[in-house]
Amino acid sequence: MKRKIPLLITFTVGIILIISEFIPHKPFGQLSGELEIWFLIISGFAILLGQLSLFKVNIIKIRYKQRDWQFYIVTLASFVVMVALGFLWGTGRSAGLLGHGEVITNTLGYKPFDYLFNNIYQHLQATMFSLLAFFIASAAYRAFIGRTVESNLLLASAVLVMLGNTTLGSLLTGWLPESLNFLHLPKVSEFIMTFPTTAGQRAIMIGAGLGIIGSSLRIILGIERSYLGGE
Amino acid sequence: MGKTKQLDRRWLFLLIFLGVALPLIFSIGLPLETTKNVQMVYDLVDSMPKGSKALISFDYDPASMPELHPMAKAVVKHCFDKEIDLIFTAMWPMGVKMADDIIDQLIEDYPDLEYGENYVNLGFKAGGMITIQSMGKNFREVFPKDMNGNSIDELPIMDGINNFSNIGFIFSLSAGAPGIKEWVQIAHDAYNRPTSGGCTGVSAPAMLPYINEQHQLTGLLAGLKAAAEYEVLIQTPGTATSGMDAQSIAHLIIIIFIAVGNINYWRNKRKEKKGGK
Repeated sequence: MKRKIPLLITFTVGIILIISEFIPHKPFGQLSGELEIWFLIISGFAILLGQLSLFKVNIIKIRYKQRDWQFYIVTLASFVVMVALGFLWGTGRSAGLLGHGEVITNTLGYKPFDYLFNNIYQHLQATMFSLLAFFIASAAYRAFIGRTVESNLLLASAVLVMLGNTTLGSLLTGWLPESLNFLHLPKVSEFIMTFPTTAGQRAIMIGAGLGIIGSSLRIILGIERSYLGGE
Repeated sequence: MGKTKQLDRRWLFLLIFLGVALPLIFSIGLPLETTKNVQMVYDLVDSMPKGSKALISFDYDPASMPELHPMAKAVVKHCFDKEIDLIFTAMWPMGVKMADDIIDQLIEDYPDLEYGENYVNLGFKAGGMITIQSMGKNFREVFPKDMNGNSIDELPIMDGINNFSNIGFIFSLSAGAPGIKEWVQIAHDAYNRPTSGGCTGVSAPAMLPYINEQHQLTGLLAGLKAAAEYEVLIQTPGTATSGMDAQSIAHLIIIIFIAVGNINYWRNKRKEKKGGK
């Protein structure tokens, strides 16, 4: 029973939503609309659940002093501080429990939440992402080696796209006459992106789409049950 | 490559650092050409009549700011110049702050624009694709209030907005999912609204199939170069234009190192063949 009811709910909801795509009239259109609103409500709760889960996982790691447990204190402290500041004084134009906090806002120049977001969080995330440039450069140097015909093709297209997607591409081949315009690096890059890349992407997308249909049907029909946990 | 002697990668890191930092300090001003996809976005915005409404969705977070923020600023500025009323939403939680930041950066140049009349920030809503689908059916049920808690019934900009039908075009600034794909699949495919977007350079190949004869996606701003091209089109050079020199030099350094790596590989291979390793 514990498994049959969720399976029955999944089957019913799945079938209603499929039918509503083909018959968007009463009662299916209305029902699918209602189900979508339910989904939005559940999504809101999922965020809350995620936060509670973050809290629980970190507390366990700190309690049992697992490896690098000090870092988890930082995570929890940051989480608590941001949530508390957001609740107390709000963010942007929205007020918190204690209003807009004019005194503290005038001192910092921003609301406390916005101050930390703009001056710490934004820069930390940008820094993490920027580090990719160094690792991509290093990986490209080590991995882009023309060992075979295929790797040579990959190498050539990568270099052409890289050059074409920068201002250097325009500079290097900008002098070419109109009759040889097709060799202009931005044009070559555009050609590679528009035709071979897009063709490959379409194939991947169609494959993924079919895969999604397959796994959705398996879930709706109760063949795939791993989402229920266990078994 | 295992037996090949590798260059200490710290040299590469140092060169990349200098290649990015120096052009940012000393601008080179390399030439920039407008590509077709960028022109399509520009034409879409430019073709909108004065007073029409557009929805701009901020579907990214601070990690993608260097690439997406300049294009967000350029597109919003273009809309404000064209007197298009803007409805801001976010499918990513941090998108709300991104939208706020763009408004704060631009609003001083447009003192006549009124919040709630010419632009509004509806904030973040969880649910991704389903949220977009519900917006198409009943906008007001998904966003009954703006992010400041004002009822959207009190906001003049929201008059007549019950679904996507009164929205001129939709523009998603996307760093992943939910993002452009979801907007195309619902706003364009199901509700036939012109949809366009901007994404990071790395995710562009996944978006390109949507630029087709059905105009699922009307143009695309892909990466910093597209943002720079848009800045040139609206004649407002900004951070994207200045960042292009740095990106170009960094790419050149990577290409040079790829060439060096290959030369090393082939030299070692030849040595091995001759047995002179």
